[in-house]
Amino acid sequence: MNFTLHIWRQKNTNSDGSFVTYHVENIDSDTSFLEMLDHLNEKLIEKGEDCIVFDYDCREGICGTCSLVINGHPHGEKKATTTCQLYMRDYANQRELWIEPWRASSFPIMKDLAVKREAFDRIIQSGGFISVSVGSAPEANSQLINKDDADCAFDSATCIGCGACVAVCPNASASLFVAAKINHFERLPQGKIESKKRAERMINQMEEEGFGSCSNHRHCETVCPKEISVSNIAAMNNLL
Amino acid sequence: MQKFNSNVPTGPLENRWEKHKFDLALIAPQNRKKYNVIVIGTGLAGASLCATLGEAGYNVQSFCYNDSPRRAHSIAAQGGVNASKNYQNDGDSTWRLFYDTIKGGDFRARESNIYRLAQLSCNIIDQAVSQGVPFAREYSGYLANRSFGGTQVSRTFYARGQTGQQLLLGAYGSMSKEIASGRVKHTSRSEMLEIIIIDGKARGVVVRDLITGEISSHVADCVVMCTGGYSNAYFLSTNAKGCNTSATWRAHKNGAYFANPSFTQIHPTCVPPTGDSQSKLTLMSESLRNDGRIWAPKNIEDCDKNPNDIPEESRDYFLERMYPAFANLVPRDIASRALKGICDEGRGVGSIINDQRLGVYLDFSSVIEKIGIDKVKEKYGNLFDMYKSITGENPYEVPMKIYPAPHYTMGGLWVDYNLMTTIDGLFACGEANFSDHGANRLGASALMQGLADGYFIAPQTVANYLARGKFEEVSNDHPEVMASIDSVKSRIDRLMNAPKPKHSPDYFHRKVGGILWTACGMARDKKSLEEAVKSIEKLKSEFWLNIKVTGSNADFNQTLEKAGRVADFIELGHLMCIDALDREESCGAHARLEYLAESGDAMRDDENYGYVAAWEFNENGPELHKEELNFEFIKPTYRDYK
Repeated sequence: MNFTLHIWRQKNTNSDGSFVTYHVENIDSDTSFLEMLDHLNEKLIEKGEDCIVFDYDCREGICGTCSLVINGHPHGEKKATTTCQLYMRDYANQRELWIEPWRASSFPIMKDLAVKREAFDRIIQSGGFISVSVGSAPEANSQLINKDDADCAFDSATCIGCGACVAVCPNASASLFVAAKINHFERLPQGKIESKKRAERMINQMEEEGFGSCSNHRHCETVCPKEISVSNIAAMNNLL
Repeated sequence: MQKFNSNVPTGPLENRWEKHKFDLALIAPQNRKKYNVIVIGTGLAGASLCATLGEAGYNVQSFCYNDSPRRAHSIAAQGGVNASKNYQNDGDSTWRLFYDTIKGGDFRARESNIYRLAQLSCNIIDQAVSQGVPFAREYSGYLANRSFGGTQVSRTFYARGQTGQQLLLGAYGSMSKEIASGRVKHTSRSEMLEIIIIDGKARGVVVRDLITGEISSHVADCVVMCTGGYSNAYFLSTNAKGCNTSATWRAHKNGAYFANPSFTQIHPTCVPPTGDSQSKLTLMSESLRNDGRIWAPKNIEDCDKNPNDIPEESRDYFLERMYPAFANLVPRDIASRALKGICDEGRGVGSIINDQRLGVYLDFSSVIEKIGIDKVKEKYGNLFDMYKSITGENPYEVPMKIYPAPHYTMGGLWVDYNLMTTIDGLFACGEANFSDHGANRLGASALMQGLADGYFIAPQTVANYLARGKFEEVSNDHPEVMASIDSVKSRIDRLMNAPKPKHSPDYFHRKVGGILWTACGMARDKKSLEEAVKSIEKLKSEFWLNIKVTGSNADFNQTLEKAGRVADFIELGHLMCIDALDREESCGAHARLEYLAESGDAMRDDENYGYVAAWEFNENGPELHKEELNFEFIKPTYRDYK
């Protein structure tokens, strides 16, 4: 398979960027999207050019590192998938691909397609945990938890912190990310005690980082690779 | 340098850790803030250690190469975490978990360490639950367990297929709490490239800022490495792409012994590679072997046929044929070896890579016929979906294809009972050390070990080291600090400016990986290992002559990052082969072909090889130090799966 790629290149956070066009040829249909970019980078090394920087690590859809907007869609068009889990057979009929980084002022571009997502870490630091110290935990079965609650908590806890929800949101809101963490703990008795304070702190921090607010576009849940529901946002708002 | 002494306590096994803890020196709460500890890596071991040291009141500085601590590769662990809670009343106990773990490791680990691990296993579950880790539960509200990896008790706690993710997010949350408190200062996207040793003690590190390329030094009173394993030495593995040996290898070159480097675990049920562009392999849960039947065509001519067109009598259910008692459920190493053997014979299926088809069938048609497609969906639905998304094939209709892949490394930095390496003040936790898994790791015990080290063991032993030592202040212009910075800079300079730049880092990485996979994988022999040692030496010279790194070193440069890591994998690969050569026995995950009985059974040699091989770096070649393993409480037995 052959593709024409328009890839966003930007030297660093402070410089301007632009699309640069590349052609890749003889790509096997079972090649993953990121392997296709590896292949392009190998060609660039052959030519003596600087490689395209893009984020990746586990390449199995769980670490949350990869982050590309492909033809306008964060993590591509395929549902419930991270970029690293896309394969070129999914693009059989699209010969021309536009590849961009996450676009949000709270996620500054560092180089080419890689952005800084430390704002997410700071939101977690503001309260995205249960304040328990090592050594003080009671016997694990001393507190029973309704299975449905445990399952719901799990659904929220599967967030991989990739930031696709921010990238797709017209307000660049981090509401789904924040709400998922808040709701994960709110569902569990050991987390519920701090719920209200946690929600206030995390939402304040989200605003301080420059993320927008939710105005119910609901694009976030459609691009979320873990299919986290916007009902988390409603539950979060009920806590305030 | 500290003496090569395991510092294992004496007395009854059950009391050793308690007694040892009492003998460890403490630091009063008000004095802890005067001590500085550097932690490298933020996976389960690193994040849990940062959290615990921060809570205790120490000053902690941590670094990771990822863009957030939450992305460390512990996140990808699927199966579960063992603990001897005996919630299922099926006869589990600390003693049984200890015995299963040491037997699983084929009696190549210390009794004292493993017993401590089994003792701490229950505390890990308590801690994780209190952090909000959503483990699976019964309708009654109690925690659920499952049997995992062939054990006879149900002691594995799990969070769907994402146990590693949930445990890591728990540790990351606790670490974040300490970052907010100011006691932990964390820097992401920073790679440790050198260790600073002053007066024989580890006193700091040199790191490279991966975004700006800036090189900086950081000093402290001691350093803890929680930097994971080195399966990526094989190039294709189930590890994340960034996982590397650079931190542990720098420690090794500065005097830390490297133990059992050839002890690696190769997992049988991975999605096979499909072509030359393959960048990594994906593991699928071993539970698939509970119901799937593994087979390959009897005749080479059938290998490119549609499997559904191959009649029953032309199929070789080779595990059922070779191991009638355990059949498709034989341990990982035996399954992996048999699978590779079939492909080496030319009876593999799937894509042809380097003239060989790498895969065999894992067929669910009989179980679908027996219990119905809905039941199978309920049991394995998510795994089947994952397989379909990677391969584009529907495993409900066409048999899956599987092939083994490197998955975990039992070898690592040698540490004593206090988790300290042979360098004073340099500790190693989690997969980065060699400690608890012997020659083969039991399922669901990696998460247990990483968290036991980080939450419960290292915080005590690091405090003891700090309490007993005197630490003169070190400034950032100390000659040793400057020398370490210079060594990092000159190495980067060599990577950027090879005499005849020709090949990319990936080119060399695939080469060294190929050599290791062939000679130092599951089945080894003297001749191929000796050849591999020579080929790797040649590859190392080629690397430094021909490595081509484009772009600038004062910039975000992933090619440069890779080049540095590959240079270290080449040197480590060399040591892996030398270690495998030394060990003239078949043991744990590895078969030395010269030491297999006619029946194919492994021939372990306790008399001559009942030791931990700890290698000292030496410019003229590695020097072997042996830590003899004494079994005071249990009697080593032999495995038999026929």
